[in-house]
Amino acid sequence: MQTLNSYAPEIIRIVIAVVGATVLVFGNALVMGYMERKLAGHFQRRTGPMEVGFHGILQLVIDGIKLMSKQLVIPAKADKPLYMLAPIVSFGPVFLPLLVIPFSDRIQAFDLDVGLLFILAIAAINVLAILVAGWASNNKYSMFGAFRAVAQNVAYEIPMLLSLLAIVFMTNTFSLRGIVEAQNVWFIVLQPVAFLIYLVCMVAETNRAPFDLPEAESELTAGFLTEYGGMGFSLFMMAEYTNMFIVCSIATVFFLGGTSGIPLPYFEYTGIIWFLLKVYLLMFFLVWIRWTYPRTRFDQLMNLCWKYLLPFSLVNLLITAVVVKL
Amino acid sequence: MKAYFSELFTGAWSLILGLKVTLKALFSPVVTVQYPRQKIDVTPNYRGHIDLIKDPETGTHRCITCGMCMRDCPSDCIYLEGEKREGVKGKVLTLYTLDYTKCSHCGACVEVCPTQALEYCDDYEVAGFAREDFHYDLLKRVEERE
Repeated sequence: MQTLNSYAPEIIRIVIAVVGATVLVFGNALVMGYMERKLAGHFQRRTGPMEVGFHGILQLVIDGIKLMSKQLVIPAKADKPLYMLAPIVSFGPVFLPLLVIPFSDRIQAFDLDVGLLFILAIAAINVLAILVAGWASNNKYSMFGAFRAVAQNVAYEIPMLLSLLAIVFMTNTFSLRGIVEAQNVWFIVLQPVAFLIYLVCMVAETNRAPFDLPEAESELTAGFLTEYGGMGFSLFMMAEYTNMFIVCSIATVFFLGGTSGIPLPYFEYTGIIWFLLKVYLLMFFLVWIRWTYPRTRFDQLMNLCWKYLLPFSLVNLLITAVVVKL
Repeated sequence: MKAYFSELFTGAWSLILGLKVTLKALFSPVVTVQYPRQKIDVTPNYRGHIDLIKDPETGTHRCITCGMCMRDCPSDCIYLEGEKREGVKGKVLTLYTLDYTKCSHCGACVEVCPTQALEYCDDYEVAGFAREDFHYDLLKRVEERE
């Protein structure tokens, strides 16, 4: 977008960025929804959606129409304004982190100096939305789901930040572009421990299996989603898929070299191919572990965070600091 | 401290093994079929409702109208009638009805039959809109079968 920056007025740049982010959010939800169900099928040696369109490729379109046409049911004793607000609070902010992610050398809306902090700050709003949803539903399952989500997200934010901070120590910048440019060698090679810690935290932060305690079906029906149907539910789901995309993008930027790959013509723009390839490989990994591991118990989840991830990330940070200082 | 690390490494190793299992499943062929379009053969052990066997030698059923199945049925779902005819030894079956809504597939009728005239059929698509759809006339069925 730097070229556009010099020719086009700011307003056009913003419009293009917003449209791009919107397309990405909805497109990603469609692709991931289909990919998740198809992969879920094949991991269990069945076919997944097969009926609507070729190999069920239009299934998500049909689902979208169904969800949109459903009546919005509000429980009688729910806190109505908050109940309506929660999906919007969850879904609204997911567009913003997409604006600072460097998809290729030139496809990036804004290169903020504090890009990482910006993303993490925005991503934290999702926890608030889940808490509001659980509280406003006036349902014990929703409430428990919300409790769990907050405890889990607050706990896992710490090792996640510490592992990313190790990279920031090495690159001396919070700007995502700067971090991509600093990677002569992918940081997964230099910081494998940080990558593993980030990978675990990434799953926990997006509330996905095996850390999907906030919406554990077998004990909490659907957790904070219990009372939501129709568009309320689908806004939460789209927010979840976009959050997956965002955490995978951060992993790509920080550990997998961002756009770096085999050079293609017009690499300033076509670098996005490598970027998206890496992101979707990580997404595939998320789906893969979802269909592999059983759900952890809550004390196990907390043990993993406080007894393993946190000490390891601290030690990793300390070693990084010492090595950088030398 | 030693337990801490050994737990970490055995845990991590078992996670990797788990991933290997599911990855293998991902690249294995699908084992389900798309049911209404594709069908698989019914296993010979399948118990559908009972049917009269068509004897290939005589071209008809082997029922001697003894009524053992009717008496033995715990749910009273079998009713049969027979009549004496001139020149024919024994009784001739004129009606054999099965009320499948009551049948529990116990198989007492199949076991008690002195001439092995009954079998389980392999019909599994037996949905219907009325109770009467499941009142089968087995005599008619055996005559209609090729």
